[in-house]
Amino acid sequence: MTRIISAFAIGLVFGIGILVSGMANPAKVLNFFDIAGTWDPSLAFVMGGALIVTAIGFRLVLSRSHPLLAGGFSLPTKRDIDVKLLGGAAIFGVGWGIAGFCPGGVVPALGLGRSEPAIFVAALVAGMLIVRLIETARTRAAPSAG
Amino acid sequence: MTEFTPVLSATGGILIGLASVMLMAALGRIAGISGMIGGLLPPVTAGEWGWRLAFLAGMIAAPVVLLGATGSMPVIEVPSSTGMLVIGGILVGIGVSYGSGCTSGHGVCGMARLSARSIAATLTFMLTTGVTVFVIRHVIGG
Repeated sequence: MTRIISAFAIGLVFGIGILVSGMANPAKVLNFFDIAGTWDPSLAFVMGGALIVTAIGFRLVLSRSHPLLAGGFSLPTKRDIDVKLLGGAAIFGVGWGIAGFCPGGVVPALGLGRSEPAIFVAALVAGMLIVRLIETARTRAAPSAG
Repeated sequence: MTEFTPVLSATGGILIGLASVMLMAALGRIAGISGMIGGLLPPVTAGEWGWRLAFLAGMIAAPVVLLGATGSMPVIEVPSSTGMLVIGGILVGIGVSYGSGCTSGHGVCGMARLSARSIAATLTFMLTTGVTVFVIRHVIGG
């Protein structure tokens, strides 16, 4: 239960940060990328502020033997920069540029009670399920390839 | 036009960073929002469902808490049409699944850990987002 309450409270802080920063506002996000037009450089300050805190904070936290409420740290283990990573990132960017929402930006926007964030999230989940279906089919077609 | 808000944006960024550090300190997990959403979909890993749902619920509660604290709801403006939200959403869902993350997981958490994968992914999606916005606003729209 402590884990659940902690996760909720930390998610709340994260969500407030997203809203205050402007990342939940597609008009602001799209203007950040529109250098040739109505450029709004604000979002550079979001990433700057976040990175200063995480760069220092992660170093301190990860020097401990384990987290407060779990047995160990779950960190990504993949190291290779492959077509899947870069292709996926490229597709994500195209979608972000079309809609103006990214996953972290849209979740707090859901709480505003507007229809657009809900439409985007439904489509986002559909996209994730499409990939799972494709990958399941591929694994079945070539079981030896793993 | 949107107003240039360096102080608010940096403050929001610092809160995002603090929450990411707190999640690592408490549960030992990366604050990647696409990973949390994806982790709620089948097949789910036992023991990993509850905290993800709670974190996302906390994020959804943020506007109401801000309303209580400041007396006003944050205002957003969505210039994209419904069709663009649907197409964009599907592409984001596919992209983050293959790319193993989004702005939060790669852009904030991964970059802070100097992960080469996250730095490569972040540079890639920042570039394609910029190109997409340019094409929509200045090639098609212009």
